[in-house]
Amino acid sequence: METFIVNELVRELANKHGRTRESLLPILQDLVVQNRYLTSQDMVDVARELDISAADVFGTATFYSFLDTEVRGKYVIRICKTISCAMKGKNDILNTIEDTLKIRVGETTSDKKFTLLETNCIGWCHKAPAMLINDTPYIDLTTERVTEILRGYMKK
Amino acid sequence: MKEKYIRRVDLIFEKVNCREIMEKIMGMEPDAICQEVLDSDLKGRGGAGFPTGMKWRFASKEKDPVKYIVCNADEGEPGTFKDRQILDEVPGKVFCGMAVAARAVGSKSGYLYLRGEYRFLIPKLKTALDEFHRIADEFNLNFRIQIRLGSGAYICGEESALFESIEGKRGEPRNKPPYPTSEGLFNRPTAINNVETLVHSVMIMKYGAARFKELGTKDSRGSKVFSISGDTPKPGIYELELGMSVYEFVEEFGDGDTKAVQVGGAAGFCVPRKRFEETIIGFEGVPTGGSMKLFNSTRSMYNVLHNYLDFFTEESCGQCTPCRVGCQQLLMGIEAVKRGEKNSRYLEELLKLAKTMKIASKCGLGQSVGNAFGSIVENFREEIIY
Amino acid sequence: MINLSVNGLLVKVPEGTTILDAAKKLNFRIPTLCNHDDLCVAGNCRVCVVESLGAKTLLAACATPVNEGMQILTNSLKVRAARKHIIELLLSEHRADCTKCYKNGKCELQDLANEFSVGDHILLDLVDHKSFTIDMFSPSIQKDDSKCIRCQRCVRTCEQLQGVNALTVAYKGNKQKISTFAELSMGEVICTNCGQCVNRCPTGALVERSYLDEVWDAILDPEKHVVVQTAPAVRVGLGEELGLNPGNRVTGKMVSALKRLGFDSVLDTDFTADLTIMEEGTELLTRLKSVIKDKDQSVRLPMTTSCSPGWVKFIEHTYPEYLRHVSTCKSPQQMFGALAKTYYAQVRGLDPKNVVSVSIMPCTAKKYEAERPEMRSSGYKDVDIVLTTRELARMIKQAGVDFNKLKADQYDSIMGVSTGAGVIFGATGGVMEAALRTAYEIVTGKEVPFKDLNITPVRGMEGVRMANVKIEGCKEEWNFLEGVELKCAVAHGLVNARKLMDGVKNGEVDVHFIEIMACPGGCLGGGGQPIPTNDEIRRKRAEAIYEEDMSLEYRKSHENPEIIAIYKNFLGEPLGHKSHELLHTHYTERERY
Repeated sequence: METFIVNELVRELANKHGRTRESLLPILQDLVVQNRYLTSQDMVDVARELDISAADVFGTATFYSFLDTEVRGKYVIRICKTISCAMKGKNDILNTIEDTLKIRVGETTSDKKFTLLETNCIGWCHKAPAMLINDTPYIDLTTERVTEILRGYMKK
Repeated sequence: MKEKYIRRVDLIFEKVNCREIMEKIMGMEPDAICQEVLDSDLKGRGGAGFPTGMKWRFASKEKDPVKYIVCNADEGEPGTFKDRQILDEVPGKVFCGMAVAARAVGSKSGYLYLRGEYRFLIPKLKTALDEFHRIADEFNLNFRIQIRLGSGAYICGEESALFESIEGKRGEPRNKPPYPTSEGLFNRPTAINNVETLVHSVMIMKYGAARFKELGTKDSRGSKVFSISGDTPKPGIYELELGMSVYEFVEEFGDGDTKAVQVGGAAGFCVPRKRFEETIIGFEGVPTGGSMKLFNSTRSMYNVLHNYLDFFTEESCGQCTPCRVGCQQLLMGIEAVKRGEKNSRYLEELLKLAKTMKIASKCGLGQSVGNAFGSIVENFREEIIY
Repeated sequence: MINLSVNGLLVKVPEGTTILDAAKKLNFRIPTLCNHDDLCVAGNCRVCVVESLGAKTLLAACATPVNEGMQILTNSLKVRAARKHIIELLLSEHRADCTKCYKNGKCELQDLANEFSVGDHILLDLVDHKSFTIDMFSPSIQKDDSKCIRCQRCVRTCEQLQGVNALTVAYKGNKQKISTFAELSMGEVICTNCGQCVNRCPTGALVERSYLDEVWDAILDPEKHVVVQTAPAVRVGLGEELGLNPGNRVTGKMVSALKRLGFDSVLDTDFTADLTIMEEGTELLTRLKSVIKDKDQSVRLPMTTSCSPGWVKFIEHTYPEYLRHVSTCKSPQQMFGALAKTYYAQVRGLDPKNVVSVSIMPCTAKKYEAERPEMRSSGYKDVDIVLTTRELARMIKQAGVDFNKLKADQYDSIMGVSTGAGVIFGATGGVMEAALRTAYEIVTGKEVPFKDLNITPVRGMEGVRMANVKIEGCKEEWNFLEGVELKCAVAHGLVNARKLMDGVKNGEVDVHFIEIMACPGGCLGGGGQPIPTNDEIRRKRAEAIYEEDMSLEYRKSHENPEIIAIYKNFLGEPLGHKSHELLHTHYTERERY
């Protein structure tokens, strides 16, 4: 007699990946690919599909840095802050992005288009500084290149 | 490359016909494969350095009919980017290596756990995987591989945390024993290997153990792929013979002003200039998963240490006390000393704490924080304090 | 068998034994923190690390099985240095508020720090650098993150012991914390308020919401007439808080102490337990009649008990479609509350608005139950304040009452007399047994065919128990039950409740009557009972309950003279109009999280 509105996307993903505990991460990952973050309702719906507790879904999601449970914009920028990138001018890149988008690290633009975050080593140390925008890496960054890249996204 | 100091090798990225390898392994007894790899003295290339042949033999001796082969592609150690290159250039060899392991161990199912930051490789990997499955079918090898993604957690590179992640849980390392070869993924016997290790096993199948043993030293046989970055005129990925000294390495890759080399990433050791000659890069000296970072005299080792401690503080899974709290204490401790809030003698307390973390932490992460901490504080004390 | 040495002494143990247990065999106690007898091994606090000669790292004694030839040192220099460090680390992320803390004197972290003389604050204080919240939004449980040492006992309890999963470990690294879904307050999620987490928290991070001061205020207010009721399980647990061993019955002393504290009337929840049996027994028989004789499709079987508020909240969240199966009877606490401000006030000539109704419970969920909006049948809040057994002990100490020297005293009337059937409510299986003692006699006119009325098939500590009672020799009006095997099931611990309900859902479990207690052991293992708790302690408390049952004059609820009086003078008959007004309730469907 449970009256709830079926979350179509969650149902589809559960059909695709399965309904065992093993399916949890692939489902959450695909939800993030779609929406860039997980809402509380998403997590409750996933919990229902997999017949596990909502707290469990929340606890698992929050463990992983890329499974955001806070509101994120359409394009999530993750700048690497680990030693190689730090040594090669990541701060300048960060400042440029902050100035261009008018947000600080951790914030999202008011039009919900961009979120700026820092992340740990993404595996491009020889081409530092580097960043990810959603799943795409951008390497050999300079302040000019970064501005260009952002402009490209802003046009989208 | 000055051949006098360092021998460059080209085995990992050499193109290989997977069918050739399949034919060979399907014609061998599983234990013969274990023996060949054991004879080669191949040790894990992810950083831990466990003899691969021994790992496979342990797993193969287990009676459980369900066993798993897992490829650890969660390369997250700062300064390590060689697995990305391997997966990008020769993904077929990685899957082929998993097949060698599957045949040796007796497994029908494999997983490649790829870190989320490398998601862009998926299309290429999927294509290579489809090709691999076709070849496996051709040779009647009943072995299927699935790709699973990580989502931004360095600790998932730890083998048992990786299993937890595939199982859909928080990536928290488990108690050991039991070890993965007896109870690993889904509590079944599992052989988990680094990307590079699996590719080495393919080359061992192709050229034999003896050829592999020609390279390297008694304790560090073979070649290794290094990812080199920092203050160097030639950053990048290089496959080199193991066993060189840090001095030789710096002669080749330094910018003329190298004051320290961090071998093994944040979890590794910082080798100061005065120890370059006596330190061997290999399992008998400072082992590494491949990360080599050079720092010249313009770099503040305080910043370097702070960066590493910040990294660990965030990436620790948080389960066990020594690591969760210890990392924070070390980080805030050096900040307090720098600000003058704590006397420089406080560093001795922190060094003792780092020693405790090394022997009391639940997993390799906590146990390794003390490596960088100890080696940087002891060799660059002035920079930490002032 | 494995041979090993611990601190130079040899011992032989079966394979699979942990170092911790091997050391115990040699009478060496290795200190632990995240370990708990009731829960699976975690191995994360690292307090129990020991040295094994030849090993590179120290080993967690609780999580490491022994190997042949191991040489373990539990108190070497290396171990002592590491252990001290670990305690220091824990203290550095713990807001030590000892003089005001509810767990002062009963805190495992405090004990450890004391044992190893740690506390010089060599390391930095991390508490100030973090934001922490004290969650006081649940009426039952208070969660203080600043005292949490992340042993995860609460999470394991909620997951493995109770199967509720209201708590989880969230985030990682320095942000790691114990949390609920979406970091909501405990009062906003599926938490059933059972308090098992409170029983197992080593520090003051999880404690019950305490209302001691409100009770003192009421007692010391000359205008107020303060009435107190005491639950069955309290009388077999209270002694543990006051220096006695588990399993001591302190009923008489407890009543005496309560009078000395200044309560105007000391009455007994066991009385309303008897009343519950009258109402619920009749309800069961009515349902049986509707289903078996009248074939009424709208009536539901199996019927479940409703006296455990943890169970009630649990079913509201997880099996809301089965709410019509739950007995409409209130719990004994709430029946008492409704009567205190009506029947009792009337008979005593008191203005109900001056009556303050306090209850002493082995339970934390009862605090939530008293706040439920529907619990106002008297026209006022039926139960004003609920205290746990632990809080009562604190009051006794605060008042300077020398408990052990007290002489036994008697409950007051008109709601103070009770039967053995009432007192066994405190043990798992007790409600079932009490109901059977009465229902059987209503139907057949004869006593239940068990020696001394002890229905042993429903007793014991297994998680789920089934028992059948054949009904023979029915009275005329109950002849549709002739020869019927009355099928009963008992479960305690919510993880077992879940098993049972899943069985009902898929048809595997086909019974007439189910008793469910949220807490392992039943109320005697409740969230408000003395800490520590383990199997042995709960067993001893259960023995005491059944001893008390055997010692009482009346053993069946319907024989209680005060019960006969209340029906004659006030309620009329079970399930009558007055009963429905005051003693019955309804339930609410709740969210899944």
